[in-house]
Amino acid sequence: MIEVPQSAEAIRGAVASGDLSAVEVCRSALARIEALDGSLNAFLSTHSERALARAAAVDASPDRKTLPLAGVPIALKDNICARGTRTTASSRILETYEPPYDATVVERLEAAGAVVVGKTNCDEFAMGSSTENSAFGPTRNPWALDRIPGGSSGGSAAAVAARLVPLAFGSDTGGSIRQPAALCGIVGFKPSYGRVSRYGLIAFASSLDQIGPLSTTVADSARALDVIAGHDSRDQTSAIAPTGGFHRALTGSFSGLRVGVPRGLVGDGVDPAVLGCFERALEVCRDGGAELVDVELPHFAYAIPVYYLIATAEASSNLARYDGVRYGFRADTAGGGLTDMYERTRGGGFGLEVKRRIMLGTYVLSAGYYDAYYLKAQQVRTLIRRDYDRAFERADVIALPTSPTPAFPLGERTADPLSMYLADVFTVGANLAGLPAITVPCGLTADRLPVGLQLTSRAMDDATALRAGDAYERATLWSRQLPAIATSSTPR
Amino acid sequence: MSTFTRADVERLAHLARLELSREEQDLFARQLSGILAYAEQVQRADTSGVDPTASTLATTGPMREDEVAPSLERDVALRSAPAASEETGLYKVPRVLG
Repeated sequence: MIEVPQSAEAIRGAVASGDLSAVEVCRSALARIEALDGSLNAFLSTHSERALARAAAVDASPDRKTLPLAGVPIALKDNICARGTRTTASSRILETYEPPYDATVVERLEAAGAVVVGKTNCDEFAMGSSTENSAFGPTRNPWALDRIPGGSSGGSAAAVAARLVPLAFGSDTGGSIRQPAALCGIVGFKPSYGRVSRYGLIAFASSLDQIGPLSTTVADSARALDVIAGHDSRDQTSAIAPTGGFHRALTGSFSGLRVGVPRGLVGDGVDPAVLGCFERALEVCRDGGAELVDVELPHFAYAIPVYYLIATAEASSNLARYDGVRYGFRADTAGGGLTDMYERTRGGGFGLEVKRRIMLGTYVLSAGYYDAYYLKAQQVRTLIRRDYDRAFERADVIALPTSPTPAFPLGERTADPLSMYLADVFTVGANLAGLPAITVPCGLTADRLPVGLQLTSRAMDDATALRAGDAYERATLWSRQLPAIATSSTPR
Repeated sequence: MSTFTRADVERLAHLARLELSREEQDLFARQLSGILAYAEQVQRADTSGVDPTASTLATTGPMREDEVAPSLERDVALRSAPAASEETGLYKVPRVLG
């Protein structure tokens, strides 16, 4: 059995030097998934033939020594389109869909030498905070198999936490990369809105969605961002802005950084173990040379209601395309007309949470309620952005817990949508304001459940959030804590 | 309105082209009332004279030239459809008019 290192950076180095072949690394990842994913359900599909062909191409490439992700096995959330892979968004309505094109991030990752080994489970259409809304069964948390991994990118988070792959990709609309990364004890990064092309990402809420990496180290996320970031003419909302240099920006030091702490937000409703980890994390920042400053985000309390009004409105519009005509599932239409076909297809193809959100979004956009709900929410969104602008006059990054609680038991919140929505209380703000935000492991509860520290920086200043996360990671040992499943040896 | 009746749910479901079971109608009537009552708190924020945020982008990209460029081939696109005619190159749907 070969020893494959656990970080993308080390794998790239080994493949570049010829110590390992990309095919060996790929076989090892596929074997680990085969051996261990039965208990996790992190993957909805694996693509060994496609992956081994890509890996062989990397091995044969004259650029193998310089490719930034040479031979690195990666997993993609199943709402990211890759040619020749079933792409379901964890929905029955797309159960058999195979996209005839690659997302821009997939093109860029494969051009950089990465090897897509599989597609990961998520909440249906990325709507949820626990991965329990998947039509194909929940994913389990590698740290405690009776608990949720967070969501919606729970499969990607669990896959990295169990060291099935060193690097995975998700989408983050209200916390869907950061919250599962925190609950699974790994790094997750949501780039600035516009930093990464959304072409080929199955749309949920277009003004909030952003693709980003999940990894075991901040350096790996920074390397991944160097590969996927940048303008794309196929996405009108991808920003034309200088990009790259994210990995180079990691100094390992807090020196000169002002860390803003919105004390008023961190108290009620936050698990005491999370509070303790957060306070100790702030001390680590200060001891490392950061200056702690108090900041206020007075409209943050409105973030969850504003988010659910805006995100559901956008979702009701985006999901209108699933009509049984061009792709995906079509219900039996015997005896019915076109409208019956639409209604039966959507009624039978969508799960409960997706229907609930389409209904809410349709309501807030409907005649007579648009001004009171949707427009009002967009105005409060402006107030939330202004709060951040003022806070960033005093601070370079804003620190918050990523999630108010550690991973909760499977089934605990499925009957109460509002309690599930509150899992995103600390993460939605960054989406509403378009800001980059990272989560890094900052402790374990007494039951050995991971806790994450979230660091948010100014719009399009992704480098500062990454730099702060990297400095924190290097000052502590939390990133090296592993769930038992990650150290299981696998047969070859 | 912050209380949904089953009739409200039926009307909305039709607008959204969603067939719902009786159980789903009752469940959503109750849950949507609860979620909206919670969301109602946004009314407390003073937004007089505040512009809405539809996008956080500082600038939007330039419009591209309106030129013919390669895109998805028709037969490839049709292959994803539940029902299509390769000969005519069209999607098939149930009758539109009674």
